[in-house]
Amino acid sequence: MTATPLYTLRHVTKSYAGRTVLNVDALDIHRGEILAIVGPSGAGKSTLLRLLNFLEFPDSGTLSYRGHTVQPNNVPLSLRREVTTVFQRPALLSTNVWRNVTYGLRLRGERDGKANMQAVMERLGLTALGRAPARTLSGGEAQRVALARAMVLDPTVLLLDEPTANLDPYNVGLIETVVAELNHERGCTVVLVTHNVFQARRLAGRVALLLGGHIVEIADTHTFFESPRDPRTAAFVNGEMVY
Amino acid sequence: MGIVWKGLVESLRLLLAGDPYLWGIILLSARVSGVALLISAIVGIPLGALIGLTHFPGRRVMQALVYTGMGFPPVVIGLAVYLLLSRNGILGPLNWSWVPQLFTVPAMILAQVIIATPLIIGYTMAAVSEVDVNLRLQLRALGATPRQITWTVLQEARQGVIVALVGGLGSIISEIGAVMMVGGNIEGSTRVLTTAILLETRRGNFDFAIGLGMVLLAISFSVNFIVAQFQRKGQ
Repeated sequence: MTATPLYTLRHVTKSYAGRTVLNVDALDIHRGEILAIVGPSGAGKSTLLRLLNFLEFPDSGTLSYRGHTVQPNNVPLSLRREVTTVFQRPALLSTNVWRNVTYGLRLRGERDGKANMQAVMERLGLTALGRAPARTLSGGEAQRVALARAMVLDPTVLLLDEPTANLDPYNVGLIETVVAELNHERGCTVVLVTHNVFQARRLAGRVALLLGGHIVEIADTHTFFESPRDPRTAAFVNGEMVY
Repeated sequence: MGIVWKGLVESLRLLLAGDPYLWGIILLSARVSGVALLISAIVGIPLGALIGLTHFPGRRVMQALVYTGMGFPPVVIGLAVYLLLSRNGILGPLNWSWVPQLFTVPAMILAQVIIATPLIIGYTMAAVSEVDVNLRLQLRALGATPRQITWTVLQEARQGVIVALVGGLGSIISEIGAVMMVGGNIEGSTRVLTTAILLETRRGNFDFAIGLGMVLLAISFSVNFIVAQFQRKGQ
């Protein structure tokens, strides 16, 4: 973990139709860490990810990435392409698996990444499915394709929005293992949004609880689960209903 | 029934014999509608994608204008182009070299472009709007530029875009009012399939008129058959 954060958020707010869905006083995300964001539905987790991927922009406050203050239309394409997201519902192109996985590379006009692609496809058990139409894939296969599509880009930051929701244990295990490897071996920074506190505990180095758009608590994983400071965190990790 | 049969036989004979009058009409129809469709596609597909995918002030007004254009009677468009290009019209007296003259192929192409473009814009607009919004978000998250997103969405909506082109072609190749008005149905110069059918029917040359009608149907069927093959392949 380096001293200079990769992302710095200060007093960031985001509203839709007059309703504030995100209100983050301070959040630093460090290079090479896995940060899990947990919280109930509607807490603002996905909104936070969209801001981190520059898909949306704060209404107020400051969001900076690698020292660059993020504002609409001022994020250079090269910076934007360092960050990517795997969403809960894998939105695949209506073509085969191979074309889906190479999509981001083709956008960048890259040919070199295709060597890396074979390894990624193999690691995610997709080699035999290369020519299969995306629409014929199961939910788990489709999510693995979405992860492969992001991984071949060798991103600096990988944002995961409930990547294993509704998947079977095999796919959950495989995706978690691959994400952990990506973090350890390539130093990829991962921000994981999940409802699943067990998954957060297995994967993350730090965990943040988001409630009503506010970060209630952020701590290293051990502290977050074993000795949380905020009673709402304690309740949440114990599986109680917290809003 | 005899007249229809006779017409079919005669048209087949003329086609196979390479009758220059018949083939001249067919080729001119293909040229006029082909060029008009190409221009309409170049203008209409990007505009349809723009209106369908982006939000800007006046978008709803533009949509309303496109829908109005889609339902515009071709004969009224013919009248408008006639008034625009005639010597007493708006552009006619200016004698600008790039303004087509009445009763020429470029004037017919202009009329057909005006007929087909709103249809292609409208169908493309509908096709790209049907593409999953989450896919567009995912493309941005993968680092696509707005132009790359538009191109990818058009590829995703390709079946709808093909329907747009077929709809555009169907509207102009079978149209008679506008081409008659601005083309004048001049033999060897501006006579196309539809205007020739009208003329030959009035002359009582039913066999020739039926033959031309069969050719028009064959073109229409061929285009739709090719589209069906594309759609089958797409699925």
